[in-house]
Amino acid sequence: METIKMKNYFFIDMGVMLIRSMRHVFRSLDTIITVTIMPIAMMLLFVYVLGGAIKTGTDKYVNYLLPGILLVAIANSAGYVSYRLFLDKQRGIFERFHSMPIARSAPLWGHMLTSLVSNAISLVVIILVALLMGFRSSAGFLSWLAIAGILALFTLTLTWIAAIAGLSAKSVDGAGVIAYPIHFLPLISSAFVPTTSMPAGVKAFAEHQPVTPIVETIRALLYNQPVGNQIWVALAWCITIMFCAYLFAMRVYRKRL
Amino acid sequence: MQNAIRVKGLQKSYRQLHVLKNVDFEVEKGNIFALLGTNGAGKTTIVKILTTLLKKDGGQVTVNGFDVASMPANVRQSISLTGQFAAVDEVLTGRENLVMIARLRHLSQPREVTDDLLQRFGLSDAADRRASTYSGGMRRRLDIAMSLIGNPQIIFLDEPTTGLDPEGRIEVWKIIKELAGRGTTVFLTTQYLEEAEQLASRIAILHEGEIIVSGTLAELKKLFPPAKVEYIEKQPTLEDIFLKIIGNKKEDK
Repeated sequence: METIKMKNYFFIDMGVMLIRSMRHVFRSLDTIITVTIMPIAMMLLFVYVLGGAIKTGTDKYVNYLLPGILLVAIANSAGYVSYRLFLDKQRGIFERFHSMPIARSAPLWGHMLTSLVSNAISLVVIILVALLMGFRSSAGFLSWLAIAGILALFTLTLTWIAAIAGLSAKSVDGAGVIAYPIHFLPLISSAFVPTTSMPAGVKAFAEHQPVTPIVETIRALLYNQPVGNQIWVALAWCITIMFCAYLFAMRVYRKRL
Repeated sequence: MQNAIRVKGLQKSYRQLHVLKNVDFEVEKGNIFALLGTNGAGKTTIVKILTTLLKKDGGQVTVNGFDVASMPANVRQSISLTGQFAAVDEVLTGRENLVMIARLRHLSQPREVTDDLLQRFGLSDAADRRASTYSGGMRRRLDIAMSLIGNPQIIFLDEPTTGLDPEGRIEVWKIIKELAGRGTTVFLTTQYLEEAEQLASRIAILHEGEIIVSGTLAELKKLFPPAKVEYIEKQPTLEDIFLKIIGNKKEDK
């Protein structure tokens, strides 16, 4: 009887967890600056300062740049997930939740859901700013839906990786370290400039890391171009990494908490 | 009378370290039970096993009649834990913390329950301030208030007064006495002998992985030899010396 009762409450409990961590996001100026204002500043910098010198073969550089900026915004949020998870673990919040009659995984899923919702909000703000800067897309409803799906998948992938770091870290600094390699992935890809101009070694890395196929897929969907193989490469990267990170994070969660 | 907590032959090791060797004790319903022990004696390990946070290696543990290993969900329905460090969400206000727990306990009127508790714990004025601005005593009161939501039958308090100033300590003692007055079973760990003496109706001392003595305070006192009269040489205090010198000076005149 108890288990049936708990299943019914799972989504209500997740909702409570979501409200709690969304408050954490909105009450942290630091988070808002890093996940929304920084990517917008970067977009302004690249479009109005550097963009004139970058040859992308598209009419407007902002059109070329936007998918990469969206991924930068998601990547910037990953560090905060580990940070919040670490604090919950360290301050005994998880112990409090785990000694209550709620599903054991609800607190963790609450953080995942928060990451999805907060990223969705910041991405919409960034896209609105891009529209003001002259960004235009010919994508239809279905293409936008596909873009949203890919961005959500990318978010979950990075969030599960961040969860491993947050749950296994011994200090706050340790929890935040994961952010650095993640920050670099969009920079060494076709997000800002086409890979053709890069030296051979860097080019090889840029073309065979997950961000490039994701960026290329979103670009193709935005401007009604054939998506080709890129979408499958992008999905394969995301799903494989996400699945491994999920299994690993769950193992750490069960073991340490 | 049915016991609220029953522990028999409890064992737990962390790798090579044999923390709990063979722990036996029982806690009666509605009592305050104090588990005494030095730092690292294994008090927190026992609390974690009783509250289903940690798996035991051996022995039998039932809480509110439910086996912790086979029926953890029922155990969690019956208990509440206030851990060693006040587990309040510092970003949220006191009120938001309480409402959150009331929602997770699936109460029908979370706001009313919250208002009552804020009043009872003297937190009404600070209710809409973030918990990060609270003093240590206020944080602990909020922490305990969060544990009372949903009226659990058994409350675990793991070193509830560690790190509090004397005033905060007396406040927490008052709360614990009130709880027991309402019929709640309180399981308390502490390293302060005075705390156990003040609050508990039964005391157990955990030492090197075993309960070495347990009983009421009166029973524990009987274990020691009766009080005897001793004569001790009284050293003069600075005040005595001062007064003596002043007196001598007067006599000289």
